[in-house]
Amino acid sequence: MKVAIASKGNTLDHLIDLQFGHCAFFVIYDKDTNELQIRSNPFKEATEQAGIRAVKWLASEGVKSLIAGDFGPKIQPLLDQMGIQLIVIRKPETSIQQIINLLKQKHHAKA
Amino acid sequence: MPAVKGFRPYGPELDKNAEAVVLHFEEYEAFKMCDYDNLNHLAAAKLMQVSRPTFTRIYASARNKIALSMAEGRPLEIEGGEVYFESNWLQCLLCGSYFNQPHPEEVAEDCPLCGHHQIQQIEQLDFTNLQYDSL
Repeated sequence: MKVAIASKGNTLDHLIDLQFGHCAFFVIYDKDTNELQIRSNPFKEATEQAGIRAVKWLASEGVKSLIAGDFGPKIQPLLDQMGIQLIVIRKPETSIQQIINLLKQKHHAKA
Repeated sequence: MPAVKGFRPYGPELDKNAEAVVLHFEEYEAFKMCDYDNLNHLAAAKLMQVSRPTFTRIYASARNKIALSMAEGRPLEIEGGEVYFESNWLQCLLCGSYFNQPHPEEVAEDCPLCGHHQIQQIEQLDFTNLQYDSL
């Protein structure tokens, strides 16, 4: 299952971005294959509906779960419709690596 | 959610080929809130998160359709319409993250982030009032 994490930069040492739609990069992590992709957010500079467009783009990439520090209010109804899970981490100092470690550890515990 | 998927008329004069009347979920909900739960239009409109005029329009349409089904002896099907179901929000007591449960039929057992089993249901997530914690 693919998870997209909103990141401030293009390495795993960067911190989670508090803005979902306007974040700099998305780190897409596939829990099943352990594959990582770092993609620049095409809607970073969008003035309107960055979040909604980002959700649709990520969904088309097969992402089922989104992680960010914050989400806009228009996002939630859309995600409920699309069956995508939101995970909100209210700790701005969390790095992408820490999040991936948590996800890996959970995946191993289950397997 | 309605208890059944619809209603069928019966009796000797029944026209088996009568076209079904389709009652949308939001129409069912509007009708139920007003005439079963006895809410007024304003309270019901707030619960459905629509304006009061919109609510009144949905409610009128519901009553029309129910009357049509009864008067013409046509089956009533409850389906579709413009609704989404709000997902549940939960919080993990270990890592503190908030998450939703996008598939209401599944029961959340552990945190999707850290896998911890101690999770609690929270009220509707209010993004404006959330506190940022430090690590």
